[in-house]
Amino acid sequence: MIVEFTLNGEKVKYDVRPDKRVLDFFRDELGLTGPKEACGEGECGACTIIVDGLNVHSCLMLAAELDGKDVWTIEGLKGPGEKLHPIQEAFVEAGAIQCGFCTPGMVMSTKVLLDNNPSPTREEIKKALEGNLCRCTGYYKIIEAVELAAEKLKGDG
Amino acid sequence: MNTVENKKNVIGSKIKRVDAIPKVNGKAKFAADLYFDRMVYCYLVLARKGHGILKDIDVEKALDVPGVVGVYTYKDIPGENQLGEVVKDMPCLVSVGEKVRYYGDVVAVVAAETYEIAKEAAEKISLEIEELPAVLTIEKALEDKIRVHEPTNVPIHKKIRKGNVEDGFKHSDEIFEGEFYAHYQEQAYLEPQGIIVTPDIDYGFTVYGTMQCPYYVQNSVARVLATSLNRVRVIQTETGGAFGGKEDVPSYVASYAAVAAYNTGRPAKLIYDRETDIQTTSKRHPIKSHYRIGVSKEGKLRAVEIKAYMDMGAYATLSPIVMFRTLVHAAGSYDIPNVKVDVYGVYTNKIPPGAFRGFGSPQVLFAVEAMMDEISEKLSIDPIKLRLMNTLREGSRTATDHLLTESVGAVKTLENIREISNWEHLNKEVEAFNNTHQDKKRGIGVSHIFYGVSLGAAGQHLDASGSHVQINADGTVDVRIGGTEMGQGAKTVIAMIAAEELGQHIEKINVHQPDTAFVPDSGPTVASRTTVYSGNATRLAASELRQRLIDVFCNLTGALAENVQWGNGKFLDSLSGQEISFENLVEHAFRKNAKLNETGWYKTASLEWDAEKGIGEAYVTYSFASQIVVVEVNLNTGQTKVVKAYTSHDVGKALNPEGIIGQVQGGFVQGMGYALFEDLKFKNGQILTDNFNTYIIPTIHEIPEELIIDIVEEPFSRGPYGAKGIGEPSLMPTPAAIANAISRAIGKRIKRIPATPEYILKLIKED
Ligand code: FES
Ligand code: FES
Repeated sequence: MIVEFTLNGEKVKYDVRPDKRVLDFFRDELGLTGPKEACGEGECGACTIIVDGLNVHSCLMLAAELDGKDVWTIEGLKGPGEKLHPIQEAFVEAGAIQCGFCTPGMVMSTKVLLDNNPSPTREEIKKALEGNLCRCTGYYKIIEAVELAAEKLKGDG
Repeated sequence: MNTVENKKNVIGSKIKRVDAIPKVNGKAKFAADLYFDRMVYCYLVLARKGHGILKDIDVEKALDVPGVVGVYTYKDIPGENQLGEVVKDMPCLVSVGEKVRYYGDVVAVVAAETYEIAKEAAEKISLEIEELPAVLTIEKALEDKIRVHEPTNVPIHKKIRKGNVEDGFKHSDEIFEGEFYAHYQEQAYLEPQGIIVTPDIDYGFTVYGTMQCPYYVQNSVARVLATSLNRVRVIQTETGGAFGGKEDVPSYVASYAAVAAYNTGRPAKLIYDRETDIQTTSKRHPIKSHYRIGVSKEGKLRAVEIKAYMDMGAYATLSPIVMFRTLVHAAGSYDIPNVKVDVYGVYTNKIPPGAFRGFGSPQVLFAVEAMMDEISEKLSIDPIKLRLMNTLREGSRTATDHLLTESVGAVKTLENIREISNWEHLNKEVEAFNNTHQDKKRGIGVSHIFYGVSLGAAGQHLDASGSHVQINADGTVDVRIGGTEMGQGAKTVIAMIAAEELGQHIEKINVHQPDTAFVPDSGPTVASRTTVYSGNATRLAASELRQRLIDVFCNLTGALAENVQWGNGKFLDSLSGQEISFENLVEHAFRKNAKLNETGWYKTASLEWDAEKGIGEAYVTYSFASQIVVVEVNLNTGQTKVVKAYTSHDVGKALNPEGIIGQVQGGFVQGMGYALFEDLKFKNGQILTDNFNTYIIPTIHEIPEELIIDIVEEPFSRGPYGAKGIGEPSLMPTPAAIANAISRAIGKRIKRIPATPEYILKLIKED
């Protein structure tokens, strides 16, 4: 079937197998390998993308559902110029990245949080990231990164 | 020679990870992110029976699925059908007529045009297996009636005999005994296993994938394909966590993929889904242990006698070397005159455990620390004081009678946790909480551990590493090491060392993905050895290159070598103040045809070790740590939460303090999952908890509100700048500290980990 949607800010149109997982479609066919697969069951958040402003597990979404949506993957996240987005900068500066496999998903979930709530409390941060597993960092520096990102974004505005 | 003390510019400073940017913008390439032209996708066919004889493999229906390229079985292996590294007991693909020994035994590899087709076809393959009764517990295995392997289920026994334990017990005032069990733990690295094997332009095979030990992979693929090492090139992709789980396992994954690549003549990609990963890959070993400790009434340890049994599962894999670490660490970080330890490796029809952060030590450290806590309670001696009284110091002898002469930070770590936790006050605070709460009780747990750095006496033939450092004409630097980055920060530490030694900016240094074509066999990236081994090798190569640059500098400026300083991208004559940028200097050096590449090679002096008695220098050096944990147990539900924790680690020298903090935080949380709720459940040898919905790892909600980290620096003279390892010791004290804290909270001894709510409730109800 034909799906038309916005991908990382650009209007696109593809002929897709409707029951293909969005994660596979993006990775295998579009070369967008930023979203990762770690469980395939909606349990880990490594495959997180943003669909109409919400964080979605792309391993549970079917290609047919893309039609008409506004979709963002980590590849679309950028700051002014070709610089990193302030959230990405904050992850780097806070030391929130170890193996990096959870990172794209963490960053996307953080984006959704801060878009809706520019000054989250610790509890709100935890709530927003509860669907994203990280086995390396113990989450401490990820929380710091989100707080730092919130500050950076406020500074920008 | 350079006599001016060069101030450290990079080592010990706050540095951004060198690999952070590609990881944060999604460009980093992990195994599954690689795609090749005409690639086939693979899926494995598992035995799915615990014990039996494989009678037949019917592949017809699978071959009929459109898009299937081939189904490969034992008949299609050109070389040895053998994967076992230490003991040759594990087939690559189980042969017809041979035994299936556990649920996850691999029988065939399906190759197809897409992943979905490969999986669908794999499900259509039917296996005829004549079932045998399975050995599912250590107790059953010890009966030795049903055998997993002939001639015995208990093929490995390691021991320590120091002093005379009977005498020691005779001279003790009190004798304590206890029996403990530590369960499996799944590494649960977020990136599953994955390998791509491609036939290459060099008439051999290039292997890409997520791994800790490229040289193990190279050996295994060469053996299975009956080819030579110079026809197999292994390149590590970005590796999404490993924790030991990618030590030996990627050799197996690569061997299956290699069989497909060999038979199809096409690149073969084998990425595990989480279920395959959990059903077939290594775990932390379950260990049952029995302790007997004799003490004087003042609390001095006189004798310890330990028997431990570890479940090796269906194949020995790394167990014999894991057992060595269990053996050496079983008596803890204490100076005890009489020690007797026996560790047995036992075959069962279950998943073969292997390496996992701590490598066979957290299980016994939990036990010995529970014993220490028991002694402290019964003799009414403060738990920190009891440990201070018995711990290792300079001049002490370890359980293997290793005389320690330097870099023993044990006492400092104990003193520091007492201070940072505000110990007296903390105890009062918890007491006050317990006086005002009925349904919830808090407890304080202490633990104290040591960790033998690197492979030690059992693996000293592997304890050497290389590093190739090359300066390019534009002043950039390539560093190639044999040690791998798996998230722990190896690339950053190596780049820091190269930057420090060369005086170049860290941004100009590229630490490449390990590639067996560039660096000679450097042993495995395990045992927290990368900083010491790859670090020293890099330091040797880079300092050699620096000497050459200093010569060029002196030629150009007339400076005396001893007055030359380097750092921040330039060289300086401290006398005249003349300076030349690194780039400029390199340009001059190139014009003179100077050799600007060097291979460093680092090995340690051999260790004296008597394997019969288990006596001698077990490891090159030891790291130490102490921890205090406060837990809160809900007496109605058995649920435990960690309220706060204080931890102190002797790392020799903190080369990258930020990196160390990150390691300790991650290690703590992983250790906490092990202590409390990561629970592998089985039915007839099949793992029931084979994804993250059933195998629960810590989420962001479970971490303690406060985790205070203290770093002790007791330099190790042979480490780079004094450094020892931190990767594993970051996790090791935690299960013990948490178990002790729960014991204090509920007034019953925790003797099993994970201490799940069901187990805690059962203890509370017992009288
Ligand atoms: S892969 Fe989608 S949530 Fe885990
Ligand atoms: S950094 Fe490795 S899983 Fe999060």
